[in-house]
Amino acid sequence: MKPKVAFYWCASCGGCEEAVVDLDEKILDVANAVDIVFWPVALDFKEHDVEAMPDGSILASFINGAIRNSDQLKIAKLLRAKSQVVVAFGVCAQLGGIPGLANMSDAKGIFAEVYRDGVAPVRLHRENGHSLSLPEFFDTVVALDRVIDVDYYVPGCPPTPKIIGDALGALLGSNLPPKGTVLAPDQALCEQCPRKDTRPEKLLLKELKRVHQVVADQQTCLLAQGLACLGPATRAGCEAMCIRGNMPCTGCFGPTSRVRDFGAKALSAIASVIDSNDEGEITRILEALPDPVGTFYRYSLPSSLLGRRRME
Amino acid sequence: MSRNGRGFEPRIVGFLCNWCSYSGADLAGVSRMKSAPNLRIIRVMCSGRVDPSFILRAFQLGADGVLVAGCHPGDCHYQEGNAKALRRVLLLKRMLRDFGIDEHRLRLEWISAAEGERFAAVSTEFTEQLRALGPLVLARRAEVA
Repeated sequence: MKPKVAFYWCASCGGCEEAVVDLDEKILDVANAVDIVFWPVALDFKEHDVEAMPDGSILASFINGAIRNSDQLKIAKLLRAKSQVVVAFGVCAQLGGIPGLANMSDAKGIFAEVYRDGVAPVRLHRENGHSLSLPEFFDTVVALDRVIDVDYYVPGCPPTPKIIGDALGALLGSNLPPKGTVLAPDQALCEQCPRKDTRPEKLLLKELKRVHQVVADQQTCLLAQGLACLGPATRAGCEAMCIRGNMPCTGCFGPTSRVRDFGAKALSAIASVIDSNDEGEITRILEALPDPVGTFYRYSLPSSLLGRRRME
Repeated sequence: MSRNGRGFEPRIVGFLCNWCSYSGADLAGVSRMKSAPNLRIIRVMCSGRVDPSFILRAFQLGADGVLVAGCHPGDCHYQEGNAKALRRVLLLKRMLRDFGIDEHRLRLEWISAAEGERFAAVSTEFTEQLRALGPLVLARRAEVA
């Protein structure tokens, strides 16, 4: 009997599902090697089908997306019980991801912003003896390992076909990596960067620029060109895709294993290269970063030390 | 120590550089200068060694204020560690504001080994400032079942 595998999405954009489809013909190898027993975006299995399975009967569940409502929480717990291995797939499940930036607000603030004076959703609606309910919308978005035990992490927004292929290889192979492993190289992106040799030994900047303000040279280190490239703080594994597209790294592979708080490390890396010792001048140069939280915690706010904006 | 209302005693974590500020604090001590007892000192080799995550960790674990103190500009034992500390603290203060944390809860000071009095004054003044700001109440880690 082929091993059973499940896929699920929580608070995510669908990019991780797309990434699985992007395996192209390799997905046929995957389909040959495993039985997909649950994948709401692609197959018509229902929640009650999973509920009917014995505990531990699924070999691995790949869960993408952060946890932002009670329904996601419920299915994450259900899949945890039914699976031998749970993989946090993509940076939203791993660290909270872009949906996690909602932690700069709260449920009330978000509803006020989105619905203004319009018709806001009602959690429970009763009509003629029938009722409809919506999941509870949490104040705070969390990463998957805050609510269930997670065995492995596949980073990226979304994970690249190579990273997924390597991860599946590692999981189907005979030597399982230690629990908690992030299935990507444990070194900074700069080490994989094709522009590595153009990075000066001592990098100092009089000016930071944003991507829309410059036409970046295609050969030189983007940080050396004044763009806030987060490669020095980000885990390798994407093969510097964005840099090959002449865009600076925004940190979607998260930190290496030695870093507890990605944003703090990225902030440190960028601030250190400012070429001034004068408070006024440093402040002026740093004004080129209009949104430090969104820049440095773009994918990792929920798993950061502070986790969210302070609630009154 | 009460965390609310009257009798609030601020908890302060101080990262002091080995070469200047820690010696300054030591001088204040051996000279028996009076200063507020609220500061818990952690000696680091250089203010440039203070990773922003140390500061965030201190706040997360219940500090009401964090002091980073190093050598005066130009006097850094490692030439420019204090300059790096300045750049990081300035950016981190902006980020703290976005997190809803008063930026005055993070303070960077230059204190030389000879400035025992200055150490005592900074320590007392920062304590009073934090007392006025009140306790830092961070959201408890997300309450999800």
